Amino acid sequence: MSEPKAREPVLELTGITKTYQVKQGMFAKPKPLQALGGVSLRLHKKDVLGLVGESGCGKSTLAKILLGLENPTSGEVLVDGKLIGPADRQLLARRIQPIFQDPYSSLNPRKSIEEIVSLPLVVHKIGDSVSRQKAVTKMLDLVGLPARSRRGYPGQLSGGQRQRVAIARALVINPEIVICDEPTSALDVSIQSQILNLLADLREELGLTYLFISHNLAVVEHLATRVAVMYLGRIVEEALAGDLFAGPRHPYTKALLDSVLTPDPSLSVPDLHLGAQYPNPISPPSGCHFHPRCAAARDICSTTPPPHLQSGTSHVDCHLFRESADGRSLLPA
Amino acid sequence: MSETILNVQGLTVDIPLAAGTLQAVRGIDFELKRGETLCIVGESGSGKSLTSLAVIGLLGKRLKVGASKLEFEGRDLRSLTRKQMQALRGDRMAMIFQEPMTSLNPAYTIGDQLAEALQLHRKVSKAEAMARAADLLGKVGITAAESRLQQYPHQLSGGLRQRVMIAMALMCEPDLIIADEPTTALDVTIQAQILRLLADLKREMNLALILVTHDLGVVARIADKVAVMYAGEIVESGTAKEIFDAPSHPYTRGLLDCIPVPGKTRPGEPLGSIPGIVPSLIGDVSGCAFRSRCVLARETCSGRIPKRSASGEHTYRCIQETLVSEVA
Repeated sequence: MSEPKAREPVLELTGITKTYQVKQGMFAKPKPLQALGGVSLRLHKKDVLGLVGESGCGKSTLAKILLGLENPTSGEVLVDGKLIGPADRQLLARRIQPIFQDPYSSLNPRKSIEEIVSLPLVVHKIGDSVSRQKAVTKMLDLVGLPARSRRGYPGQLSGGQRQRVAIARALVINPEIVICDEPTSALDVSIQSQILNLLADLREELGLTYLFISHNLAVVEHLATRVAVMYLGRIVEEALAGDLFAGPRHPYTKALLDSVLTPDPSLSVPDLHLGAQYPNPISPPSGCHFHPRCAAARDICSTTPPPHLQSGTSHVDCHLFRESADGRSLLPA
Repeated sequence: MSETILNVQGLTVDIPLAAGTLQAVRGIDFELKRGETLCIVGESGSGKSLTSLAVIGLLGKRLKVGASKLEFEGRDLRSLTRKQMQALRGDRMAMIFQEPMTSLNPAYTIGDQLAEALQLHRKVSKAEAMARAADLLGKVGITAAESRLQQYPHQLSGGLRQRVMIAMALMCEPDLIIADEPTTALDVTIQAQILRLLADLKREMNLALILVTHDLGVVARIADKVAVMYAGEIVESGTAKEIFDAPSHPYTRGLLDCIPVPGKTRPGEPLGSIPGIVPSLIGDVSGCAFRSRCVLARETCSGRIPKRSASGEHTYRCIQETLVSEVA
């Protein structure tokens, strides 16, 4: 999983913001809720970008924008260097496909597996019925389902098998990028590992790029090549997976890593020192959004938004660091 | 200090279906002492939730519960009437469920629901009950407890709601708390806080705690004793250290191989997996239920499976006994 440098990103997001107007009552003026506060990301071919953060941090809003289900308030989405406008939804869907969390609600119970898997081909008017059938056969084989299951219905399948159908449906139109939104959290442990192995194999085989959204950091560590940590609509740290897990910089990243419960009976439940509640996004804290929960917070953290510090391919938004003179590394501030 | 609070022997839960009887829990034994945490771990359909519901008497009438012994604080739960069981439940034993949203009543304030839990069992005034509610909300780490009492469940976050559920379970100072996947619906950061809270309260109040979960990480960090369930049976049990240091049943070992562990599993390498699916438990089930998925299965696995003792309290059900020495 080396990181070749001079490559064009297959997907680039620059300064994506999304603001919703939230009603406060019948006569009150709606208040703005900033779900995304300027997210910039680059995904290269065969990258697996793990996106982690607590519920409400904007992970799913970002996924919706990438899938063309929501339009960003501002900012640009570029696929292969080409700007994607609000009218290019079809184009976006052709190249970016989703796998959702719950395979029990993401498959239509009244459609046969064949109909489910071939639907993207029908929507995008690709091929005829013969070639579509062939494509379905190929896909079912690829995700490890027996060919006879094409005539079956979702109700006859187990959770793991359903998730395989969902993967087959996502891959049938040969997308380049797959958004995996918590693809294994609804599954049992023994099934989860099968699906993770399958996703890893498919990436190798088909050269796929994943945006892997998960709250399970052990899974992210296992699968991701890069990791982006989100907090309240912003990416507070992004780095190569190995670097981030070996040396987390942002205090929030540290807390998230500490929350991973490895099966080690000699350890007890960690104390994360995240006293305060996750803030209300309608009235986010001043300065650094994380400061009320940060054990290392200083005076400046509550007044001034944190600087965006870059070193190599990683970045962190935090007052606790400063860039070195040569711009290559970060030093404690 | 080490009195036995709960003694369960030969517990069975049968579900009558049109196709036959589904033997969801098939003769399990466990004991729990004051101050101990027992984790029941297993995958969906293993019977772990039914086991906890059978103990607290919350299974529907259609389900048949059997046991050769079902004792709580020396009282035989099998002989209790519905009324007596109701008096016990919420008072001496309490339950915390997975979904704090669905287990709180959206139409009543937090204070009303907490006070009711006490007033059902004790002759106290509403004001006294409210005072205790505020006290306990503080204890479970909710700030501004007094004002929270006036709030409705929808005004609280998931983590706060689960804290309210824990406070409710504590209202009558129970001796046994059963928590069924209490942190599964919560964020990882909140999960750690809630688990810490449960562990602290258990120690402080000298409770017995049964935690039902599918998460081996949670089990390792919080359990004193572990029971691994598969297809309605406890296939392996022992102290947390025994189970994680020397997993002996092929299923336990398979489960541990399935989870990625930072620092242990190499990123990108394939994870272990358990092939196949859980067998049907309808009708007669004989032999080892895991044999259809077990890499070590042989013909004798369809016969009687002995319960083997590894060391100390550590026991497992398997036809082969070589496994333990292999591990050691």
